[in-house]
Amino acid sequence: MGAPRSDAPGFRTLNGLLPRRALLRGGLLLASAPAALAQVPAEAGQDLPPWMLSPGTGFSVYGQPGPQAQRVLRRPGANRAAPGNGVAWTPLEQLEGFLTPSGLHFERHHNGVPAIDPAVHTLRIDGAVRRPLDWRLADLLRYPQRSHLGFIECGGNSNAGWNEEPIQRPVGSFHGLISTSEWTGVPLRLLLDEAGVDAQATPWVIAEGADAFAMQASLPLAKLRADGLLALWQNGEPIRPEQGYPMRLILPGWEGVTQVKWLRRLTLSAEPVMARNETSKYTELQADGRARQFTWAIGVKSLLTTPSHGQRLDERGTYQLSGLAWSGAGRIRKVEVSADGGRSWAEAALDGPVLPRCTTRFRAAWRWDGQPAVLQSRATDETGAVQPSRAALLAARGRNGYFHYHAIVSWGVDEEGAVRHVYV
Amino acid sequence: MSTSEIHPRAAWRAAGLALLLAGCAGAGPAPSAAPSAAAAGLAAELAPPQRGRPVPAEALARGDRHVFPDGRGLPAGRGSVAQGAALYQAQCAACHGVDGRGLTAEELVGGVGSLASAEPEKTVGSYWPHASTLFDFIRRSMPLHAPGSLKADEVYALSAWLLHANGILPADAVLDATTLAAVRMPNRAGFVAVDDPRRPPP
Repeated sequence: MGAPRSDAPGFRTLNGLLPRRALLRGGLLLASAPAALAQVPAEAGQDLPPWMLSPGTGFSVYGQPGPQAQRVLRRPGANRAAPGNGVAWTPLEQLEGFLTPSGLHFERHHNGVPAIDPAVHTLRIDGAVRRPLDWRLADLLRYPQRSHLGFIECGGNSNAGWNEEPIQRPVGSFHGLISTSEWTGVPLRLLLDEAGVDAQATPWVIAEGADAFAMQASLPLAKLRADGLLALWQNGEPIRPEQGYPMRLILPGWEGVTQVKWLRRLTLSAEPVMARNETSKYTELQADGRARQFTWAIGVKSLLTTPSHGQRLDERGTYQLSGLAWSGAGRIRKVEVSADGGRSWAEAALDGPVLPRCTTRFRAAWRWDGQPAVLQSRATDETGAVQPSRAALLAARGRNGYFHYHAIVSWGVDEEGAVRHVYV
Repeated sequence: MSTSEIHPRAAWRAAGLALLLAGCAGAGPAPSAAPSAAAAGLAAELAPPQRGRPVPAEALARGDRHVFPDGRGLPAGRGSVAQGAALYQAQCAACHGVDGRGLTAEELVGGVGSLASAEPEKTVGSYWPHASTLFDFIRRSMPLHAPGSLKADEVYALSAWLLHANGILPADAVLDATTLAAVRMPNRAGFVAVDDPRRPPP
């Protein structure tokens, strides 16, 4: 890395964090300029690498990651007695940008991935409707389609944050139950209106999946009508089997368990069914012994992915901090970063596009002086909601909420440059 | 689909493009109050094609498996605590433990009174607010290696044993649609519905 230019006129530093406007106007050159133009070899072609001297391989029908990316993989963690019951984490610290490759989108299944025949599968809308209706996939392809570019986050993501001691794991193996895709499909409003619903009399919709768990979720009709999508496509191709092929529910900004995969049925109801996964799970036990239920929206959240736990800074100098921010309530308005455990903050640059209920990549430059440091990020969304400190979240929710952990994440840097998860 | 039909998505894209071009030309003459031909085409394409197929009544009844807290959805049948004890050992104990205290799967028994402590135990007895959820969940999801394999009588019996093991039903109890719906769980009032759509907005 080149010598930092933070002492140049107009660059005020804050614990080594370089101001955002410097990044934005592109005035900060972090890489060394080439010392001199390369000499043209005496005989052209003499120094060419071998891959320029013979034809490359031919075409492939479906591109695969190259050998250097063979270790960029999801990390499964399943119940040893039931291999389809568990999760597979997205390796956040190995990825850049804000989109997740379809094959690395996190998985959470309760009893495996079903092998569904799309010619047989139907979506049914029944219960308190004027006309109960079935649709096949071929029928649904005839409807107007819409896209939502957004995140899905498991309500149980980051739950090791409630632990007494900071868990020592890579960020993807701790916070990696969030992924971002473009989801395309039929606006649910069209199908609900075709069946004929009464929003006053039956404000609930019970969604059911066609997996071996027959997953259920009681959901408000108002949300499904507002921006719910029956997704058929993920990142431009049919949804992957492990993401719900041939169709899944997409509810922008809400916890993953509501976005039922392999969707087979929507039942209109005056009351919630009180399914196992909306009573005994995905509810947040508070310190007084009562539990929060039906808490669907994902809170404002951010974390640094570079650097992050398990990485090492090789030498003093300037580093690019990079991370993800998101909120279930709308767009990210601002992300601040700190290098001193939250005593001082500097605003990070947001990579575009900044979309509602979608992850946003943020960046900042930081000069490490070789001293211990604590790196953090803090997001604010367009409603003004600010990501809480860990102490504030624990004070509000107690220690046993398990779900919806969204506090500020801290990475400690020691004198050797080693980065690990810490609490401050 | 025959080739003579127009694919809605393709037509929709074409209409959208036409609308976009019309929008670009907006800097010229003042926009007319009447919708442009392109906009009318777009609106027509957005009308959903109404491809839903009516569901026959017998198929509707067969497909209904939701069980609600008031007992709606419970089928005919009955099962006793004693029958449930044997079934539990055969179907559940390998994962939940012989006494229901958990193994590779979660604990189901005990923990009453622990929810406000530093180490709460969330079990059927201590945490689950509705007995109906037991029937609904066991019938649809359990056991993991053979979901949907238990008959209604067996699901009633397993529900009876689990409620007995948690001190909620006596040893001679028998559950059916009426008696199961009448069970009041200890933690019935333990939940606060944060975003319940039935509540009026603040």
